Amino acid sequence: MAKKPIQFQLNGSGQAIFAEEGSNLLDVLRRGVGDLSPKYGCGQGTCGTCTVLVNGEPRLSCLTLAETVEGQSVETTAGLAHGPQLHALQHAFMDNFAAQCGYCTPGMLMAAKALLDRNPSPSREEVVEAISGNICRCTGYEPIINAVLAAAQSGGRRYG
Amino acid sequence: MPMSVKTFAQVDEAARALAASRSARYLGGGTLIMRAVNYGDQSFDTIIRTTDPRLKQIAQQGDMLVIGAGITMSEVIANRETAFLAPVARTVGGPAIRNMATVGGNLFAASPYGDFTAALLALDARVVPAGGQPISLDEFLNARERNAGLVIVSVQIPRLRDVNAFRYVKVSRVKPKGIAVMSIAAVLPMQAGRLANARVAYGAMGPRPLRALAVERALEGRSLDEAGIAQALAVATEGVDPPSDPIASDWYRRQIAPVHLKRLLLGQRR
Repeated sequence: MAKKPIQFQLNGSGQAIFAEEGSNLLDVLRRGVGDLSPKYGCGQGTCGTCTVLVNGEPRLSCLTLAETVEGQSVETTAGLAHGPQLHALQHAFMDNFAAQCGYCTPGMLMAAKALLDRNPSPSREEVVEAISGNICRCTGYEPIINAVLAAAQSGGRRYG
Repeated sequence: MPMSVKTFAQVDEAARALAASRSARYLGGGTLIMRAVNYGDQSFDTIIRTTDPRLKQIAQQGDMLVIGAGITMSEVIANRETAFLAPVARTVGGPAIRNMATVGGNLFAASPYGDFTAALLALDARVVPAGGQPISLDEFLNARERNAGLVIVSVQIPRLRDVNAFRYVKVSRVKPKGIAVMSIAAVLPMQAGRLANARVAYGAMGPRPLRALAVERALEGRSLDEAGIAQALAVATEGVDPPSDPIASDWYRRQIAPVHLKRLLLGQRR
């Protein structure tokens, strides 16, 4: 099977790997690089748990042709903490019990990070809009929304 | 199945490669094609794409607003030239989908998707295929399956004399992001208090976005008030063929069409 070399930045460090042609970014991250933080959910763009940031913008990694991120910057939940120092969003998710079964959490975190990076003090409506592409099948949206607002109030990047 | 990906610098090369292969599909933003790949679609083994900057342009050309087929919904929202379409683009998917889904791809989105295309249909847009002449969107949609062999470069929208004449609503069960029960787009030009050449289009009311021709005829020369639109509401579902899907039944879509059409025409808040 034909393989293509792909180089990109993942959470600030360079990656160079061979990927099967036509494979999606999520496969390359999970099987190629070994970053298991983005999850496979629906595979059709409905659930949002595979959300990663490409050049700071949320994308669905399961629908992103891997080779289109050549030379780009990709961020996943694995890059949120700095060593033992958790990101403000991770703290807030724990403090607000925002991870119930946890399957949607990586997508929620990345969608929320994209929001806070460009809008450090969002309204509740803006938070709802930012995570509108992410489904929580436990329906635990309120704690998630509260956590994102709490992270914003804590100064966003203070822990990060 | 082993997949091969061919990337071309020029859109014309991509169009030739697509035309030459029976087992190739063209990749725009990926939300349709990569989904098919993930679900094991065996009908194609080659993905064709282009990095041609022509597909990423938004420009006024004479009396036409030209939107490149590779422009994403987020780019439609961010660009001043396309500001009047931002309320439409905002109803497509969530933020991540809007960063990927393109204007060109939406032309091929199967019902109940394709809200942006419904808006383009009301706006009397034309579709520009690579190496070909512009075709009206009506005509393009009527032969959409056959047109899947075309690579679209851009869509052209005739300049609106009055931006306020354009109206759009997407009816969905979930807020803020939900799949369409139906969407309605309308251009309602007024001449001396009377409607002249109104265009009304529906999304999710048939296998593809469609014009509400009976509604348009019933609005001609009328005023935009309860009495003026009564006949249009009476024929609101003429010519539609709504799907029954997990979002809504054929029956339900027919029932609510006149309700939402009335609110849209009278400018009532929902």
